[in-house]
Amino acid sequence: MTAHTITIDGQQVPFIEGQTIIEAATAAGVYIPHLCHNPEFTPHGSCKLCTVKVNGRNCSACTFPAVDGQEVLNDTEELNETRRAITQMLFVEGNHFCPSCEKSGNCQLQAVGYFLNMLDAHFPFFYPSREVDASHPEVMLDRDRCILCELCVRASRDVDGKNVFALSGRGIHTHLIVNSTSGKLADTEISVDDKAVHVCPVGAILVKRTGFEVPIGQRIYDHQDISEVSLAMEESVAGESHGG
Amino acid sequence: MYNREHLLEAAGTPMPLTETEQSVLMRIVDRHAADATQLVQILREVQASFRHIPADAMDSLAAALGIERAQVQAVAEFYTFFSTKPRGRYDILISDSITDHMLGSREIAAYLSERLGIQPGETRSDGQVSFDYTSCTGMCEQGPAGLVNGLTLTQLTRERIDRIVDLVNAGTPVTQWPREFFAVKDNIRRADLILKTELKPGSALKWSNTRGADSTLAEIEKSGLRGRGGAGFSTGMKWKFCRQAKSGPADAPAERYVVCNADEGEPGTFKDRVLLQSYADQVFEGMTLCGRVIGARQGYLYLRGEYLYLGDHLDRVLQERRRNHLLGSNILGEPGFDFDIEVRIGAGAYICGEESALIESLEGKRGVPRNRPPYPVTHGYRNKPTVVNNVETFAAAALIGLKGGAWFADVGTEKSKGTKILSISGDCAKPGIYEYPFGTSIRKILDDCGATNTLGLQIGGPSGIFISDREFDRVLGFEDLPTGGSFMIFDRTRDILEIVRNFTHFFAHESCGFCTPCRVGTSLLRNQLDKLCAGHGAKGDLVELTHISKLVKNTSHCGLGQTAANPILSTLERYPELYEQRLRAKAFEPGFDLDGALEVARRMAGRDDAHAHLEQEAVL
Ligand SMILES: Cc1cc2nc3c(=O)[nH]c(=O)nc-3n(C[C@H](O)[C@H](O)[C@H](O)COP(=O)(O)O)c2cc1C
Ligand code: SF4
Ligand code: SF4
Ligand code: FES
Repeated sequence: MTAHTITIDGQQVPFIEGQTIIEAATAAGVYIPHLCHNPEFTPHGSCKLCTVKVNGRNCSACTFPAVDGQEVLNDTEELNETRRAITQMLFVEGNHFCPSCEKSGNCQLQAVGYFLNMLDAHFPFFYPSREVDASHPEVMLDRDRCILCELCVRASRDVDGKNVFALSGRGIHTHLIVNSTSGKLADTEISVDDKAVHVCPVGAILVKRTGFEVPIGQRIYDHQDISEVSLAMEESVAGESHGG
Repeated sequence: MYNREHLLEAAGTPMPLTETEQSVLMRIVDRHAADATQLVQILREVQASFRHIPADAMDSLAAALGIERAQVQAVAEFYTFFSTKPRGRYDILISDSITDHMLGSREIAAYLSERLGIQPGETRSDGQVSFDYTSCTGMCEQGPAGLVNGLTLTQLTRERIDRIVDLVNAGTPVTQWPREFFAVKDNIRRADLILKTELKPGSALKWSNTRGADSTLAEIEKSGLRGRGGAGFSTGMKWKFCRQAKSGPADAPAERYVVCNADEGEPGTFKDRVLLQSYADQVFEGMTLCGRVIGARQGYLYLRGEYLYLGDHLDRVLQERRRNHLLGSNILGEPGFDFDIEVRIGAGAYICGEESALIESLEGKRGVPRNRPPYPVTHGYRNKPTVVNNVETFAAAALIGLKGGAWFADVGTEKSKGTKILSISGDCAKPGIYEYPFGTSIRKILDDCGATNTLGLQIGGPSGIFISDREFDRVLGFEDLPTGGSFMIFDRTRDILEIVRNFTHFFAHESCGFCTPCRVGTSLLRNQLDKLCAGHGAKGDLVELTHISKLVKNTSHCGLGQTAANPILSTLERYPELYEQRLRAKAFEPGFDLDGALEVARRMAGRDDAHAHLEQEAVL
């Protein structure tokens, strides 16, 4: 195996043939903000939070392959401003009432907002009317908070082998559907142990009767930056899949 | 306690299909060999038979095709021409392109709406008819145009609307409506290399059989031909990459595909429609030639749903070619030269013109662009090496196969060889199809088509740019003004902001919704521009408009989002004063319409007096 490197903000970062920019960055302890990316699943590239500049061009770090000699810009004022605006777009597109949300403090959208120093929603709210599905005895689906990252779609398809979730519709009307005639979660094959139930970066998919077990104020991102948490978690995942 | 039966009842369990309906459904599935990649084709027929995609049919289709119900639903809810609620027995759509507007489509639509007694988007209570707007139908020079049950209506007038309403009310089948309602003209005004050179069906293939695939590819490369669909990638290079790409394990037979992009969704573009109507043999010959060069056995022509009326014609031409051994096995007696072509029809989605979204659609999925790399030349249809080219590219390639690369490269400019076919519409005396050598000036083109008092023009469609009357010496070509062929002319009576607004609405409607910046950003832009045009814009709103525009342009996943802000950015740059004139003398005005938000409360309270309204405070 020959040694390959790219630079990220001037820092030399090694990579293995076939890795994406974000994989190389994570392995080297460099955090690139992301939401739809999760190292356990196939790269997706839809949220665009991981936008970096590669040789002067914007690319999604989670899908773009690392190529020898690439000069990547990541932690710049301009890119972070762009990412902040994208995060704000995700906030206004849905209905995110953080103070009353069970995911508050454990939510990656919120945490990314903190990390990017997002102080308001900036854009006018869309206040969409979205369906809440409480039909299942153990799993709750609140589409108000869905950011359409398709992690549940990928997890159910690729890990659980069930295809419980899918995105439907088009454009601003894109929405999450479940795989049943009634359109209700209770009539799908989902079970509370499914991977799909536990990958949602926001509070759209929740396990019932576990609410507020950890008090607000003592949750993951109440005390730690998402950059640290995510690197710690994802380096171990990446370590497993690449054999160290 | 939670009670499933009760919940199901509340959700409104759909009516089960009758036995007859079920057999209609299964016949449709059988016609498509229960092939799940044909889901879009299947749903087109279900929509035509049932006037919607019934919830129950989704289950049956999923079972019959061996796919998930969610996939059927997701596809049904993606394409404009599918609906999950019943539409009228006559489903009328009016083209909402800016060129249709300029020919009076909005007045025509308002008249239709009044005569039918329904609003856009509604179905009449007797289920007889529904009416709505739709994106550009590609009849820009013979509008106002529309569709009835998918078939193209041209040159709509009030008088025609009266007759249409009578036919609808009388229940006369569309097949018995006057032929002239559906007449589509070619309007070829200037022919050059492509439109003038005669190609006898099979002649390019015969030549290619004689000189071999390598030499044919060499001629295509020598011609300097670049893609006519917009991006302008070298055609020779594309074919070469695809030919070289590994299609699977070395011991398996090579599997490669040729796809003709006939989605022609860019508003103001209609030259592919004319090529398919009157030069179909030439287009198919180009595809077959490509098949020979890259070693493909199957080609697909992805026809936009709006051109449904061309489907039978194209099938007839294909049939004729099969009879003449120009398709099928051992084409023209050449052993091992096997190739066939199938027409697949879209269902109303501009994004399906983007090559990887088109491939997704061909595979029976929602038209969402893929991540690239890998590119279709290595991982295309069914993940196999695939060439996707525009209709005009294939038409040019066929002639190059016959006449040689030098013949083509002789015309045009250094970096843009050959000619370009333009679809000219808008304010000019002679709109239609004009073919020019690259390097021709805008001024010459405007002269030829009889444009006077011209304010500016939109070249390359909404995703292209607006050029002003100070730029008429600019020339056609990849060096200066690249274009897929849309050329919309506006004279001084037109309101630029209205044009920009039309384009911006178009993108918001057509965004596939995959990536955040385009999904949310195009809607933000639309709302922002509406606010400005409604006279509620303040200085801050212009800054905001630019800010969102740049964000959408720089971070979107595909060409749609990357160009969606072009109309705004290119006119802001050229006509900042036009935007400023619309502003109120304020730094900020909320985007939130406080008084508007009270509307529901007013309706519920049955009040509309002065006290039930709120005047919004602006920040000076
Ligand atoms: C949103 C979008 C829509 C497009 N629509 C079309 C189209 O209708 N027809 C077309 O030929 N190319 C279209 N393209 C370009 C195709 O992606 C692709 O570049 C082209 O088909 C390649 O063929 P060519 O090399 O012959 O131009 C579109 C691209 C984008 C991003
Ligand atoms: S429910 Fe959660 S995991 Fe699924 S798409 Fe929405 S945000 Fe992503
Ligand atoms: S840019 Fe728009 S059309 Fe393209 S992938 Fe993103 S949402 Fe879809
Ligand atoms: S994390 Fe890369 S696009 Fe979402």
